[in-house]
Amino acid sequence: MDWTSWLVGTVSRALAFGVPLLWGTLGEIYAERSGVVNLGVEGMMILGAYAGFAVAQTLGHPGWGLLAAAGVGALAALWHAFLTVTLRANQYVSGLALTLFGLGLAGLLGRGWEGRPLRAPLGAVAVPVLSDVPVLGPMLFRDQTILTYLGLLLAVVLWVVLFRTRWGIAIRSVGESPATADSLGISVARVRYLCVALGGVLAGVGGGYLSVAYRPAWTEGMTAGMGWIVIALTIFSAWDPLQAIWGAFFFGALYHLSFRLQAYVSPELLKMMPYAFAILVLAASGFGRARWRARAPGALGVPYVRGER
Amino acid sequence: MAEGAREAVLLRNITKSFPGVVANDRVTFDLQPGEVHALLGENGAGKTTLMNVLYGLYRPDEGEIWVRGRRVHLRSPRDAIDLGIGMVHQHFKLVAPHGVAENVALGLSGTPFWAPARTVGRQLKELSERYGLPVDPDRRVWELSAGEQQRVEILKALIRGAQVLILDEPTSVLTPQEAGELFKVLGRMKAEGHGVIFISHKLDEVLSVADRITVMRRGRVVGTVRAEETDKAALARMMVGREVVFRLTKKACQPGEAALVVEDLHARTDRGTPALRGISLAVCRGEILGLAGVAGNGQRELVEVLTGLRRPERGRVAILGQDLTRASARRIADAGVAHVPEERIRLGIVPGLSVEENLILKKHHRPPFCRAGGLRLAAVRQFAGRAIEEYRIMTPGPRTPAKLLSGGNIQKLILARELSGNPALVIAAHPTYGLDVGATEQIREILLRQREAGAGILLVSEDLEEIMELADRIAVLFRGEIMGTVLAGEATLEEIGLMMAGERRTVAVGEER
Repeated sequence: MDWTSWLVGTVSRALAFGVPLLWGTLGEIYAERSGVVNLGVEGMMILGAYAGFAVAQTLGHPGWGLLAAAGVGALAALWHAFLTVTLRANQYVSGLALTLFGLGLAGLLGRGWEGRPLRAPLGAVAVPVLSDVPVLGPMLFRDQTILTYLGLLLAVVLWVVLFRTRWGIAIRSVGESPATADSLGISVARVRYLCVALGGVLAGVGGGYLSVAYRPAWTEGMTAGMGWIVIALTIFSAWDPLQAIWGAFFFGALYHLSFRLQAYVSPELLKMMPYAFAILVLAASGFGRARWRARAPGALGVPYVRGER
Repeated sequence: MAEGAREAVLLRNITKSFPGVVANDRVTFDLQPGEVHALLGENGAGKTTLMNVLYGLYRPDEGEIWVRGRRVHLRSPRDAIDLGIGMVHQHFKLVAPHGVAENVALGLSGTPFWAPARTVGRQLKELSERYGLPVDPDRRVWELSAGEQQRVEILKALIRGAQVLILDEPTSVLTPQEAGELFKVLGRMKAEGHGVIFISHKLDEVLSVADRITVMRRGRVVGTVRAEETDKAALARMMVGREVVFRLTKKACQPGEAALVVEDLHARTDRGTPALRGISLAVCRGEILGLAGVAGNGQRELVEVLTGLRRPERGRVAILGQDLTRASARRIADAGVAHVPEERIRLGIVPGLSVEENLILKKHHRPPFCRAGGLRLAAVRQFAGRAIEEYRIMTPGPRTPAKLLSGGNIQKLILARELSGNPALVIAAHPTYGLDVGATEQIREILLRQREAGAGILLVSEDLEEIMELADRIAVLFRGEIMGTVLAGEATLEEIGLMMAGERRTVAVGEER
C-alpha cells in the first residue's frame, strides 16, 4: 500500500465517520444555544439507527429509513423537552434517562434484526467532474453519501440562521437570558421545544446514517458512545456550527485511526482514543476559562420560570 | 385631569394575590397622554406587581385594564407591546453578550428576516438623536455603563412605538447627573405626547419629575395628588402611614486604631476583566466609611476580596494589623470580621435551616455550641433565644426555617449572627436594600450602635442618602478605582455625583489616620 492510497483511504473514511458526529453536534448546538442541555444524544442516535434500519429494511428504500430516524429522534427529543421545559425537571437527569432508555429500547426491539445486512443501503454519490480529480477526487468526492454534503451545507445554513437572522437572535437570547426574551413577547417554551426537537431530528439522522449508510446492518449498541463525543464536541466547537465541522471530522479521523492502527498498537488503547481525547478537550476547556466559558449560553441548564430573576 | 379626555391607560380595581399576600388590593390608577405619573411606595407596596399586570407579565385576579378607551385582556408582554406599552425593568432585561442592535431587534416585528441588526442599527441612530439618547448600536451590552444600558432599554420601548413607558426605579443605578439627563429625556417624551409611569420610593425625585403622584402602601392606593400641591413630609406620611423622622442621631466620630488597611488592591471579575485597579483605603475603629458608586464599579469584587471569597491579583489587606491578603473566609471571620452580604438569601443564610441553626452558623464548630463533634442543643437554644430578643427578630419560633422570615427579619438574623462577639470590622453591603422604612431604621441604628462600640464599618451602598446619613467619611468607587474620599459633613451631593461619574478629586482628605 503506497502513501497516497493510504492517505486517500484515511481521509475518506474519516469524513464518513465524522458525518454522524457532525449531524449530532449541529443538533446539540441548537438545543444548547436555546438553553437546554440534552445528554440524551446517545439515546436519540441509537433509536435513530434502529428505526432507520428497520424501516429501510421493511420498505426497501433508505430514504424512508432516514425519515423514520429523524422522526424517532424528534419524538425522543420532544419527550426531553416536555420534561425539562414544561415540567422543569433537571436537564441532566432527564437526558441521562433518555440515553439509557434509548439504548435499552433499541436493544430490545432490535433482537430479531441482529446481523442481517440491509437490503437497501444508502449508496455513495460520486460528484460529477470533481470525483475525477486525482487524489482529491477519491478522497472527498467519490465514497461519500449525500449525507456528508448535506451535513456540510446544513452547518453553513445553521450558522447563518443563528448569527444573521431574526430567528437566530431569538434563539441565542432565549439561551442567554430567557427573562429578556419573555419580556419582549417571545415564547421561551416554544423556542426551546423547537430547538430541542431539531436537535433530536439531527441526532436521529446521525444515528440512521450509521445503520443505513455507514455500516448497513443493525448491531446492538452500534453508536458506541458517539453521543457522548457529540456532547464534548458541542463545547469544543464553542457552540458554533461552522467550528463543529472541524471538530467532527477530526474526531472522525481519530475513530478511523483507531481501526487502522490496530496492527501496530494495542486495539484496547486505540479504542480509548476518541474518548480520552474528549476528556482532554473538556479538561482544557475548563482551564482556558475566560475564553471558553464566556461563550457558553448564559442560561444553559437552567429551567425558566417567569417572575424569577 | 381634563374631563372626557381618553386616558392612555386606566387600571380599575385591580386585585392580584400571591400565596400568602395580596399584592394589589382593588387598585385604580390612570395615566393621561403627555404626563409623568409617579407611583410612589415602599418596597413591597405592590408598585411593581401592578406594573407587571399592565405589562402582561401577571394576570390580575380581578379588575379591568383599559388602554386608550378600550378594555383589553393582556395575556403576555407581546399584547402589551402591541398596545403601545413599554417597560424598563429595574433589573434590565438585556442580553449582555449581544450587541445593542441585536438586543433592540429581538422580537421586534417589522425587521427583515436577514441581518435584522443592521437595519435596526440605522433606525436606532435616528431615534437616539430625536430623543437625545446617545448610544452606539455596535457595542456589546456588557461593555456599557448602567446609564447607557438604561438608554438601550428606553430605545427598545420607543422603537416598538410605545405610547406609554413604565420606568421601574429608573434612578437606582444612575449618578445624580445621569438622573438629571434622564429627566430631560422624559420631558422630551412628554412633549411628544407619551405618557410615563415612574415608579420610585425616592421622594425628592418624584416631586421634581412627576405631574401627579399616586402613593401605594401594602397593596392599596393611599391617594393621588398633584406634585405642586404636596411636599416631602406629606408624601412620606402617606407612604409610611406615620410621621417619619429624616435625621438619625449620631455622635461625633472618634476614630481609633486602624481596623482595615487596604493597599493597592487589584482583582478581576468572573469574566476576567479588571474589577479593582489599585484600591487603597483605610477604616478606623469607631468610624463608618461609606463606599459610594454606581453598581458594578467593583463594589462586589472588593467586598468579596475583603471577606476571602475572591482572590486578589495583587495588593495587601491588613485587618487589625494582621496581613490577611489571601486568607480563607473562615480565617478572616475568626480575625473579627463581620460580613453582611449583598445577596442576603444566597450568601447570608441557609434558607432551609432553622433560625437558631442560622444564628450559630459561623461558630457551630466550636464550643460552647459543639463538643466532641456533636452539637450542644441547649447552648444553641439559649444563644438563639437571646439573639432573637435582642435584635427583635420576628419569627414564629427558633426552629422556623429561615426562608419563611421577611426580608427585614432575615437581615436582622444575619446582623445578630455577624455582630455577636463584637467584631472589630463590619463589612456591610447594601444592608437596607429592599427593606421597609421600619426595618431600615432599625438596621441603621444597629450599625451606629456597633460603631459606638468601637467597630470599624465599611458601608457599601448605592443609596446616597443612606451613605450621607450614616458615614463619617465617603469614598467613591468608579471603574475599580477610588475617585476620592471626602468627609461626610463637607460633602455635597453634586460633588459625590461627579466622582461617581468618574471625575477624580484632586485633594484627598481624611486619609491620614
